[in-house]
Amino acid sequence: MSFWRQLTRGLRALTNRKAADQDVSDEVQHYFDEAVAAFEAKGLSREEARRAAQLECGNATVAQEQVRTSGWENGIATLFADLRYGGRQLRRNAGFATVAILTLALGIGASTAIFSAVGPILFEALPYPNAGRIMMIWDTYQGARSDVTFHTYRELAERNRSFAAVAVMRAWQPTMTSDTEPERFDGQRVTPNYFGVLGIPPALGRDFQSSDDLFNGPKVAILSDALWRRRFAADNGIIGRQIRLDDDSYTIIGVMPRDFENVLSPSAELWSPLQYNPADIANFETREWGHHLHMVARLLPSIGINQARRDLELIAKTPVPQFPRPRWAALQYGFMMDSLQREVTRGVRPALLAVFGAVTLVLLIAGVNVTNLLLARGAQRHSEFAMRSALGAARSRLLRQLLTESLLLAAIGGTLGTFVARVGIRALIALSPPGLPRVGAIGLDATVLGFAIALTTVIGLVVGLVPALQASRRDPHAALQQSSRNTSGTHQLTRRALVVAEVALALVLLVSAGLLLRSLKRVFAIDPGFSASHVLTMQVQASGHKFHDRQFAPEERTKLQDHPVQRHFFEQALEAVRSTPGVSDAAFTSLLPLSGDLYGEYGANVEQSKRTWSVFRYAATPDYFKTMGIPLLRGRLLDSHDVFGAPAAILISESLVRAEFSNQDPIGQRVQIGPPWAPVYTIVGVVGDVKQTSLALSQSAAIYMTPAQSWFADDVMSLVVRTSGDAAALAPSIRNAIWSVDKDQPIVRVVTMDNLVAASSAQRRFVLILFEAFGLAALALAAIGIYGVLSGSVTERTREIGVRAALGASRGDILGLVLRQGMNLTAFGVAIGLVGAVAASQALISMLFGISRLDLITYAGVVVLLAAVSAMACWVPAWRAARVDPCITLRAE
Amino acid sequence: MDAPNTDVIQGTLDMLILKTLSLEPMHGFGIARRVEQISRGVFKVNPGSLLIAVQRLERAGWLDSEWRQTENSRRAKFYRLTRAGRKQLEVETAEWTRRASAITRLLKAEI
Repeated sequence: MSFWRQLTRGLRALTNRKAADQDVSDEVQHYFDEAVAAFEAKGLSREEARRAAQLECGNATVAQEQVRTSGWENGIATLFADLRYGGRQLRRNAGFATVAILTLALGIGASTAIFSAVGPILFEALPYPNAGRIMMIWDTYQGARSDVTFHTYRELAERNRSFAAVAVMRAWQPTMTSDTEPERFDGQRVTPNYFGVLGIPPALGRDFQSSDDLFNGPKVAILSDALWRRRFAADNGIIGRQIRLDDDSYTIIGVMPRDFENVLSPSAELWSPLQYNPADIANFETREWGHHLHMVARLLPSIGINQARRDLELIAKTPVPQFPRPRWAALQYGFMMDSLQREVTRGVRPALLAVFGAVTLVLLIAGVNVTNLLLARGAQRHSEFAMRSALGAARSRLLRQLLTESLLLAAIGGTLGTFVARVGIRALIALSPPGLPRVGAIGLDATVLGFAIALTTVIGLVVGLVPALQASRRDPHAALQQSSRNTSGTHQLTRRALVVAEVALALVLLVSAGLLLRSLKRVFAIDPGFSASHVLTMQVQASGHKFHDRQFAPEERTKLQDHPVQRHFFEQALEAVRSTPGVSDAAFTSLLPLSGDLYGEYGANVEQSKRTWSVFRYAATPDYFKTMGIPLLRGRLLDSHDVFGAPAAILISESLVRAEFSNQDPIGQRVQIGPPWAPVYTIVGVVGDVKQTSLALSQSAAIYMTPAQSWFADDVMSLVVRTSGDAAALAPSIRNAIWSVDKDQPIVRVVTMDNLVAASSAQRRFVLILFEAFGLAALALAAIGIYGVLSGSVTERTREIGVRAALGASRGDILGLVLRQGMNLTAFGVAIGLVGAVAASQALISMLFGISRLDLITYAGVVVLLAAVSAMACWVPAWRAARVDPCITLRAE
Repeated sequence: MDAPNTDVIQGTLDMLILKTLSLEPMHGFGIARRVEQISRGVFKVNPGSLLIAVQRLERAGWLDSEWRQTENSRRAKFYRLTRAGRKQLEVETAEWTRRASAITRLLKAEI
């Protein structure tokens, strides 16, 4: 009841201010009339009665004012008045308002966007229950992480005392055949407790159990929610249905929840048990002894990470008879273990931390800039505040006004900043390099946005209040008198210090951006070893039982085999592609440079020297070198005579020649590579080096053989096509040419070689773009800062400049005076910034390539750029100062 | 020599207004005069504080107000105690009595 009354009366007073005021003044008037009447009744004359009433009751207007300002609605009315006044102030100083609001919007927007993107990747727990207990475990080879073998996993799962569950997985790309186009999926082969380790069971159906993981047992699969919706129309009756994958029948037993995020393989859409053979452990030639599995494990609740590491070390050091180990899985280097969170973000951590640092600098510069602007405004408004306090405004009233104005600025800046953040996040996701983990988790983070707005508001409040406090403390009389003359020396000093800080911070950002830019240029200047233009690539797969001519008996598995059906498919496909108009050359290769193809490295043992080299193995059709433009340096290329049964021939790369055959002819040397039953290959030629993993990495020892002479047949091959015209435009006709040979074979990853080269440096470019954007923003803000300080100083020194001009200073002198003042600030800032940049470049070191972090050209270039921009910022106020007319300024004295 | 302090004891103005209005509806000046008369000039109320207080009490739902003609045919805003106001007066009176007697006991105690 009473609350309701409060509200309605207050609202009535607010909405009908006039009537409410009339009401109060009528009541007060009546009060005084009655008082006068009472005195008159005591016998005083009317005039005397009026005086007596006034004496007793005080001033009627004051009483009226007291009553009017007592309700809660009055606070709101004042707020509106303050807002109106603040809005007018901002409009009147449109330049100040625009710059301040844009600065705030930029600072809030950029930092919110980056923190929103980087936060979930770097700092947020993974979306699993007790995610901190999920570990990733690696075998170790020469200090580097290496995948584990199946039997190593079994030994670890059996012997450990630290983990609630251990699981291994490998990538799996099955092809689903049905009436429509064949579709290849990304999936994972996992041990049954994979989802148990992650702690997320299927939403529909059941999880894998150990009876699903039997060697040659019945095949089952679990689908992702997305695949279930896309291909099976979210049918609840899917459980128990059969699908055909790679010519095998799989029973669907479950569907994962919609929000399940599979950080270990974000693109995986279906899962099936590994179904490896645990029995044949003593036979070291099986795939179960190959390093190709990722291992994850969930710590027991009572076990710490270091305790678990000691447990792993003990297992590695103490082999037991029931788990024999081959030489390559002897665990002599122990295991490596870290949390899944750290492992997933390992590749991008340095880049993201650098971006994080950069945006922090931008936020800092934005804060400094706003501080500076508000200080300048405060200095200009001293006389206004003096006037208001002389007219009786209480100190609290002044503070309140300023508070309102600061909040108004922050609110507008924050609103704009939210838009900037939204756009920024969208741009970030669009720009994000492939392989950035957890892209799906990036979204506008309300906490971060709130934090950024709060931060800038607090800056605005604190800084905005300083002039009001000073004004209200000061004697208004003195302040009014010298309203235009005060030079407020300490203020200028603070503002100059802030400008110096801005310049220094901008320099740090610009130097970082410059170093990254020059690194990227160096990377792109690297010769990849092939000619990328006009080359189209795509992955072609031979999937299905028809390619496995027959089941090999166990003893045949260890013999060199021909695979005529498979070979025939690829040959026919190649023929069809070659006869497509616009194609000048075409070839298949098992390993495509810069494509991210893995699993291509083998040990090659040179027969003569008995030395082993780690090389990339390419099974490539003879035209590969012509198509890719890889030069032949010595000997001959592979040709149509290098077939199954002919003497096994290989080409080797130039860098392997340099390393192994420095002063002898490599041609005719024999090399052992692959399993013991593989043929001994003879080197017939030498070709140029090719960058396989990335432009920046220099490992490029490689051997090439024809698919027919390889010791195993690759199911998946990359087609490379050199075209006469636009490479991308030819994709549909090439795809149809292959499907004319066999319509069931999926074709994926259609991309031009140019794009692959660009994508291989995507992370580098991503970081560079952000640094460039931030660097430019910092430069602009610093220029605004310099301009603001100088133009404020020129305004305050108008008289002084007038006197100088009157005493004979030329325009050039005055121009120089102001320019010098500005350039001095810049010079200070540059000096401090250089020290900062040298320190900051240390953090960038892992992203630099081909240049020192102290690269002179970068530093010099940035200093010149900053000097030029700040000279421009100085020029305008300097020019204004030079045009001061001494007559006018002196007359004003 | 200082003039005698005629300020209303802090926190008691509401109670005095409620008590005054419990006899009959009154306008602002009437309330002020009644307080002054009954307290025999010990308390004087200034119009600013009084009118703020009645506005507050009205919003709290303890008073109702209406514009009416006075006996000398002026238009005045008359205040009337509501049922809630009557209850509030009892509460405040009881509370005041409890505290006043405590203070009196303290002052009379022979220490």
